[in-house]
Amino acid sequence: MTLRFDKLGVVIAAIAAYAAFAAPFATFHANRIVPGQARSILDALPATTGPLLLAIVIVAALIALLRTPLALRLAASVVALVALALLIGVAGTFLTPAGNTFARISPASGFWILIFAFTLLLADVLTRLNLPPSARVGVLVVAALAIGLLLMWGRWDSLSILKEYSNRADSFWAEGSKHLTLALGSLLAAVIVGLPLGILCHRVESLRAGVLNVLNIIQTIPSIALFGLLIAPLGWVATHVPGAAALGIRGIGTTPAFVALFLYSLLPVVANTVVGLAGVPRAANDAARGMGMTDRQRLFSVEFPLAFPVILTGIRIVLVQNIGLATIAALIGGGGFGVFVFQGVGQTAMDLVLLGAVPTVALAFAAAIILDAVIEMTATKRRVETA
Amino acid sequence: MKAWLPLLLRLALVVLLVAFITSPGWFEPLLKPLTENNAPAIYNQGSLLTLTLLHLRTVLIATVAATIVAVALAILVTRPAGAEFLPLSRSLVNIGQTFPPVAVLALAVPAVGFGEKPTLIALFLYGLLPIFENALTGLTTLPANVVEAARGAGMTGWQRLTKVELPLSAPIILGGIRLSVVISLATATIGSTVAARTLGEVIIAGLLSNNLAFILQGGLIVAALAVLIYDGLSAVERYAARRMGREAD
Repeated sequence: MTLRFDKLGVVIAAIAAYAAFAAPFATFHANRIVPGQARSILDALPATTGPLLLAIVIVAALIALLRTPLALRLAASVVALVALALLIGVAGTFLTPAGNTFARISPASGFWILIFAFTLLLADVLTRLNLPPSARVGVLVVAALAIGLLLMWGRWDSLSILKEYSNRADSFWAEGSKHLTLALGSLLAAVIVGLPLGILCHRVESLRAGVLNVLNIIQTIPSIALFGLLIAPLGWVATHVPGAAALGIRGIGTTPAFVALFLYSLLPVVANTVVGLAGVPRAANDAARGMGMTDRQRLFSVEFPLAFPVILTGIRIVLVQNIGLATIAALIGGGGFGVFVFQGVGQTAMDLVLLGAVPTVALAFAAAIILDAVIEMTATKRRVETA
Repeated sequence: MKAWLPLLLRLALVVLLVAFITSPGWFEPLLKPLTENNAPAIYNQGSLLTLTLLHLRTVLIATVAATIVAVALAILVTRPAGAEFLPLSRSLVNIGQTFPPVAVLALAVPAVGFGEKPTLIALFLYGLLPIFENALTGLTTLPANVVEAARGAGMTGWQRLTKVELPLSAPIILGGIRLSVVISLATATIGSTVAARTLGEVIIAGLLSNNLAFILQGGLIVAALAVLIYDGLSAVERYAARRMGREAD
């Protein structure tokens, strides 16, 4: 029997070997600001678990390296990821001197690179399995539950990012809900305004180029400038329009952030509505007209359902973009996870940066997977119906 | 009659932009009403010209690096030897897009320090995605008869790539570069939150000192640059598409 190598496996095994043997697994900081000292896998874990983790990493890397069945590759990646997730918590407890509340243990580059390598393996297996959209959402839910369980169970409490969290638990959830309100609220507003505007642009050709050009130009204004530019007009509205201040409209804070996100969201929604409606087959429209449908009936029962997947694609772009952009709201006092990112940058406390960045990335990632699955489901449903 | 109007508008924008960054003093009376308490109306902690050039340099370096890597990657996964990587590279590109720029910037700081480097990393990562997507589309939607003809003419794989496939995909790849540059121009401003010297410095100074004139001039210079570069690259793309007989979209 000859051993055959998997091309991607060679890359994964090389990355894993570097991370396991040449890069630090965890970093020990005497307090939250000072630079840390690197610890390898064997130094960071108790005498039995260290070699165990090394063994798991080596076996999983070998499975990746050789051409092995998909099920085995799936098992190897999952086992390796779970072991890493559990043992980084063990390393946190093991490295913290007893009774010391200042010391901080954070995962180091070797840990992150190992996570990356085995996530790559998992992503490859999942891509090759060609899962239906519902199963992809299922995998996401299982992963989220597993992470949630580890958090509730307190496995990671000894790690620095969770120490930062426990100091700010209340504000974390407050900023988190502000972040979501900003991202989802501005999306909702953009859909309410953008869909009719898109339909109008589709029907009235003379309007189309103008509206799309204006929206395109808004996209070129850098986000931090647009946030800042809205402070003055909204401040003016708050002081001069009766009742505006009572509605919570202010020059600084959430309002300009909301308006800026709304303005950025309009282009993808309007442009995709126009593209989607333009892509409706002429035959479908002619048939609807022939059946005696009014313009309004045609819009709601023919054009709109056919254009829906394209419009959804626009909404996906907006949602992922808004979750990311909402971090910038913190610069103008608009709140959101960006608060922790910018505080962390200011104090050079990287664990605080992570506390803001990790949930943002996770939210954007989950939103992308869920919406991709929904888009695929509506698109295939349509194909089955029309076939 | 109508054909020269857009050209004239663009020319006016170029003249205005150059005038503003070289001698911003001329525009002070225009911006003065936006300031309060006798604050300066023109950014005074550095020359706008230098910042604009640094901004453009950052975007240029990141875009050139992203173009080289993205096109090389797209070529690799469209060859028979790299075909295995195609589905995975698509998923990775999709995942990459979900990382917010601020997070990438902030996380790059501990690895490379403050300043221009984290900005370059973030811009490079964001620049990769649109170029890779477009290069992939370009290389996988070549007219089959042309590729067959090249093969029939006895061209080697390398000759086909450099003489047929890449020139034919050039307009679409250029489209990706254009998108990437426009995104990078705006994203580079965020780099100033980690002390990179870009036009974002002007905007952030405005946010910190509550000076609307600063925010406006920083934002407008970046927006004008983006509009002009977008237009310029669109023209190059149309030219390339005409030469290749392919429709640019």
